[in-house]
Amino acid sequence: VTLESWLWFGGKLVVVLGIVWTLGPLLTLYERKVSAWIQGRVGPNRVGPKGFLQPVADVIKLVFKEMVIPGEADKILFLVAPIITAVPPMLAWAVIPFGSTIGTHGLQLANLNIGVLFLMSVLSVAVYGVTLGGWSSNNKYSLLGSLRASAQLISYELTLGLTILSVVMITTDKTNPEASIGLQQIVMHQVEHGWNLFGGGQLWAVPSGIVAFFLMWTCALAENNRLPFDMAECEAELVGGYHTEYSSMGFSLFMISEYIAMVTMSALIVTLFLGGWSFPGLNGFLLTGTWLAGAASVGIFVGKIVFCLFCYLWIRWTLPRFRYDQIMQLGWKGLLPLAMINLAVLAVGGVFLEG
Amino acid sequence: MAQNDPAAMEAARAQLSGGLKARSAFTRFLTAMYVPSVLKGMAKTFDWMWRKPSTLQYPEERHIPRKGYRGEHRLKMDEQGRPKCVACYMCATACPAECITIVAQEAPWPDRDKVPAKFEIDLLKCIYCGMCEEACPCDAIELTQTFTQVSTTRAEKIHGIDRLLRPE
Repeated sequence: VTLESWLWFGGKLVVVLGIVWTLGPLLTLYERKVSAWIQGRVGPNRVGPKGFLQPVADVIKLVFKEMVIPGEADKILFLVAPIITAVPPMLAWAVIPFGSTIGTHGLQLANLNIGVLFLMSVLSVAVYGVTLGGWSSNNKYSLLGSLRASAQLISYELTLGLTILSVVMITTDKTNPEASIGLQQIVMHQVEHGWNLFGGGQLWAVPSGIVAFFLMWTCALAENNRLPFDMAECEAELVGGYHTEYSSMGFSLFMISEYIAMVTMSALIVTLFLGGWSFPGLNGFLLTGTWLAGAASVGIFVGKIVFCLFCYLWIRWTLPRFRYDQIMQLGWKGLLPLAMINLAVLAVGGVFLEG
Repeated sequence: MAQNDPAAMEAARAQLSGGLKARSAFTRFLTAMYVPSVLKGMAKTFDWMWRKPSTLQYPEERHIPRKGYRGEHRLKMDEQGRPKCVACYMCATACPAECITIVAQEAPWPDRDKVPAKFEIDLLKCIYCGMCEEACPCDAIELTQTFTQVSTTRAEKIHGIDRLLRPE
């Protein structure tokens, strides 16, 4: 391990954290702006030019507030829960390829050959933060909120896993028992054969690709506790849900990790279905390995993420929320069988139709 | 189609259920998954994003009420600066909220008998119906377009003649 490779690693880390920690707070402003536009309002426009410093003002306000820990709360778990929620979405970025290559260096922190499995295991840790946050608060509303949220997260994680698996079905070479399921390989497959949204170049897989994309999208909304699946919060019934008792930085950590999880989930959707950092017609240039090509690929990747985030907000401010039993029905009776059928179609098709 | 024509209603109902049966399994599946209605809603919100916001940047921009808006009251003055009011009690009689209190005194001028010694309107009781304005025979009272009324006590909301008698 040379100094140069350490420098490269450090540089990539800076870029990744730059993307995550810039998009996360900016997303809070973006959300308020998009909701305002949809509702015929202007949105925050007083702090800084066009309201651009609003996230800074929000953070300063929250930092200077008092952090109240309820007397009956389990102090250690109460303090650890927000951290457990905030870390996994950032950890997932270790295996997400955020660009093509510069020289011989792939723009990815760790090119794990089990990248998809790593992602699934990391993303499922986030449910612990929600559960522990609700449990340690020692408050009935928090507990109910966290129970509902964890039931919802577990239900939709199954469908999410099956959907990610169907992408693996499309992209991996089934004749090679040692084929990699790293995310860079999935992106490279899309560079060569077309986006997985459209079946990864296989004509018979086009409907499956589209179905898988919509399943992934729905599960992403549910996994991030976004409307129309915001069972965790629901101010009307549960005061604030699992973070009722949190204040100051504890609350803001929950909040910001929700937004970072959205960024991560968008990056995942982009990587798995929308061709990652590639762009139709530009791929020859993006793969030349120059600095310009590398920067352009990162730009394209971020652009696609921002588009996905817009869709998140757009959906949120359009749809009314589901009732709890409707969420469970949709998850277990609608999406899960559909994901299974989709996976079966891809498995059978992969054996008999792939050519 | 007439609502009370049973034959026509029956025909329409048959047509509707036939249409429902004629829909393909695929369409029915999409409807069950909320796909058409979700897309419809998303198109609607997307359309709204490009419309002009109806926001008023409040401290800089102020709302201007339409002409004829019934806001805070005002007593008019004639060309010599005297109140037009002749204390006839017509407005107090017409007022459905009974918020106008008038005490008359003898007029110091030869062209009228009385002038108000006291003219009070309780703005907390007033319903801004404009009946006083219509009842007034001398065109002495009017409801202006002032709609922002701020006070910190209840007593301030009872406007006396000193406050009511003002140029526009």
